[in-house]
Amino acid sequence: MSGMSRIVKTMASVTFPLTMIYGLYIIAHGHLTPGGGFQGGAVVASSCALILVAYGSVWTMGKIKEKSLSVFESLGAIGFIGLAFFGLIFGANYFFNNFLVHPKGLDIIFNGAAKGLSNINTAGVIPLMNFAVGLKVIAGLFAIVLAMAYATTKLKEGE
Amino acid sequence: MSIRNIVAVTFFAVVALFLIFGALMTHPFGEFDEDNTPEMDQYIIDNTQSETGADNGVTAVVFDYRGFDTLGEATVLFTAVAGVIILFRRLKK
Repeated sequence: MSGMSRIVKTMASVTFPLTMIYGLYIIAHGHLTPGGGFQGGAVVASSCALILVAYGSVWTMGKIKEKSLSVFESLGAIGFIGLAFFGLIFGANYFFNNFLVHPKGLDIIFNGAAKGLSNINTAGVIPLMNFAVGLKVIAGLFAIVLAMAYATTKLKEGE
Repeated sequence: MSIRNIVAVTFFAVVALFLIFGALMTHPFGEFDEDNTPEMDQYIIDNTQSETGADNGVTAVVFDYRGFDTLGEATVLFTAVAGVIILFRRLKK
């Protein structure tokens, strides 16, 4: 039985969803309230690190491999730079163009803040980029922590 | 007093003076100094909502006006993750 005691595991199980929901909220509302992809991703990665500390790295490695976390991180990076490249095709045709709030694009749906609205669908590509960067930060930070913890455990066991 | 301590004290004094004078030279809090404020600040404050549609000006700057900077940050994170995973891959069976 790896990991820490039953009390710690129970408390980590209770705290983990709350922390994760808070981090996802920070990511999803990055264009409305303080925060964004990097900050919310760090919060979610901390909650995953809490699970890692409570349950041990061997158990966590059985649930999710760091190889798949690398895949998620690369998906986030591809999404981020792909949204940047879409700005070359649509809208005003320059790199990192916010093509969804351009007057030639879907301005009616996505440009609510100019009319005084604070809806979730304002700001065009900014929330999508927040999601991409958030996925990248979650997977990247958790992959770092998981790889280091697993290597330390293996070293302690003497390989 | 060894030469290492002298170097350390000198470095500390220089950095402390730099920070103190930097703190004294900042704007007064809450007052708008029109002569010393860059035009870019006022432009972003005025036009963020109409141009990007985002309420949060900081996110609008980070992801829209200065997207290249965020791309660099993401690249730094990617490089760090790649380095750590390459370094610790050898320890895995």
